[in-house]
Amino acid sequence: MAFDLFLLEVVISGLMTGVMYALVALGFVLIFKASGVFNFAQGVLALFAALALYDFLAEDGWFFAVFGFTLPVWLAIPATALIMILLAWVIERAVLRFLVKQEEIILFMATIGLAFVLEGLGDLLFGSDVKPLDIGIPQGASDWLLDNFNLYVEKLEIVAAATAAVLVTALAIFFQKTRVGRALRAVADDHQAALSVGISLDKIWVIVWSVSGIVALVAGIMWGSKSGVQFSLSLIALKALPVLILGGFTSVPGAIVGGLIIGVGEKVAEVYVGPLVGGAIENWFAYVLALGFLLFRPQGLFGERIIERV
Amino acid sequence: MSAVIQSEREALLSVNNIEVIYDHVILVLKGVSLEVMKGGVVALLGANGAGKSTTLKAISNLLGAERGDVTKGSITFQGEDVQSLSPNELVRRGVIQVMEGRHCFEHLTVEENLLTGAYTRTDGRSRVAEDLDLVYQYFPRLKERRTSQAGYTSGGEQQMVAVGRALMARPAVILLDEPSMGLAPQLVEEIFEIVKRLNEDEGVTFLLAEQNTMMALRYANYGYILENGRVVMDGEASVLAENEDVKEFYLGVSGDDRRSFRNVKAYRRRKRWLS
Ligand SMILES: Nc1ncnc2c1ncn2[C@@H]1O[C@H](COP(=O)(O)OP(=O)(O)O)[C@@H](O)[C@H]1O
Ligand SMILES: [Mg+2]
Repeated sequence: MAFDLFLLEVVISGLMTGVMYALVALGFVLIFKASGVFNFAQGVLALFAALALYDFLAEDGWFFAVFGFTLPVWLAIPATALIMILLAWVIERAVLRFLVKQEEIILFMATIGLAFVLEGLGDLLFGSDVKPLDIGIPQGASDWLLDNFNLYVEKLEIVAAATAAVLVTALAIFFQKTRVGRALRAVADDHQAALSVGISLDKIWVIVWSVSGIVALVAGIMWGSKSGVQFSLSLIALKALPVLILGGFTSVPGAIVGGLIIGVGEKVAEVYVGPLVGGAIENWFAYVLALGFLLFRPQGLFGERIIERV
Repeated sequence: MSAVIQSEREALLSVNNIEVIYDHVILVLKGVSLEVMKGGVVALLGANGAGKSTTLKAISNLLGAERGDVTKGSITFQGEDVQSLSPNELVRRGVIQVMEGRHCFEHLTVEENLLTGAYTRTDGRSRVAEDLDLVYQYFPRLKERRTSQAGYTSGGEQQMVAVGRALMARPAVILLDEPSMGLAPQLVEEIFEIVKRLNEDEGVTFLLAEQNTMMALRYANYGYILENGRVVMDGEASVLAENEDVKEFYLGVSGDDRRSFRNVKAYRRRKRWLS
């Protein structure tokens, strides 16, 4: 019985990490679907968002230095979202716009450049020390779960999972039910046809990068609340790659399920198989899993069905 | 009074001696001129590779996405120079293209496809809903399939989706590229009949590119014949349809292996006479 509960706890903590992977992968998928751009900078976007948010909240930030006060959390989060939208706009104006007609590999390289620029900028503006991010998410274990089920689960993990669920639901509604969401899906299907009906791609790109930026912000908040805002945050982008291979590069549900599978998988493997092979499975588990998928199911779990019909 | 007549006769769309170059080096249109009168159905004819699609894309400004450039000449719509306008702006003003090969949004439903056509509109949901009903009146088959993914509908249905989607923008002129491509003759006829009704009842002007010369000339009132990036002949559709050279070349009345319209003797005579 105790053994089962322990497994459950491992799974739940894996889910928390999985949610993070899923959110970063989701940002990737959105941009990749809409513009065919493989955005290497997605992880850095999460870092940048978390840094910006920290800056609004902390007394050692630029915002405080300039204005002499800090923002309350409920204002700082929308303000950071605004910064991410602004950033999306700048990226479109300064980078994408000039490269649209280039090969995809060139756009990919541009995003690598962007990742370095953003990381450097973050370092320059905010310094590279670990910053505690406290937006008032209750800390510690949930007493209720502990008392009733004898289960140790961090409150933060519950909040993170709930937030991610709300975010994903909101995105689904946005994509399925709104005019702009429909236009985004249209662009993902066929750029040329989208242009022909008067959808302007530059506007769509700003929107999709903004949405990805906000998803990154949510990821950044969660990770930052858990382990502080630090540069290792941008490294979770590296874990997003196996998630994408697992879930399929163009599938939103794939990004989510893929993220959760890898998050849980690596934790469980670490705990149960780790001791047998000397540990550190967590570091390579995702890549081995992805490799297996590349060999046997290259389109991923949810790889979009290519409609073939004349 | 005379001013009214004048403006009625004015071309809705006019292409003046345009040159188009792809990738900075491939010269494809070498001075194409044509006019589309308001309320007309104009056919742009010619063999594969003649430059029909390029001409339409030059008008709708979809060339940019293919690294094409209009390097000479001008294009006017309702008397205004429209060459520098984005496709978005052109659709707003009433010029929309239905691309060759239909280009439906495969993963969107039929109805969602139609609604994307209304993307640029700002006159409110109820107006858009009215027009959706109108499109379903013209294409009852689309209403039956409104919730199907467009990628899983037949070629004919996809062509209807593409035309219906353009209609949803409430266009003044539709640039229709090869509607007959890959469709059974009966369906082609059905599509052209709808084009005719849209033209007569809804007042939509059409510029249609077609390889199916005779079908297009049956429904058009004026035609241009394009060859190798140049207009080699134009005239009333009924006259073109009766023209010996057109018949000879495009209907293969003569059995000779004539690869080019230029090789048709009578055409040379006519051309000398023209110039
Ligand atoms: N994107 C492009 N880049 C280079 N050449 C092109 C491109 N699109 C079309 N062409 C060339 O331009 C010519 C005219 O093509 P097109 O306008 O598609 O003719 P049509 O529609 O009459 O079949 C062809 O020789 C074709 O190879
Ligand atoms: Mg063509």
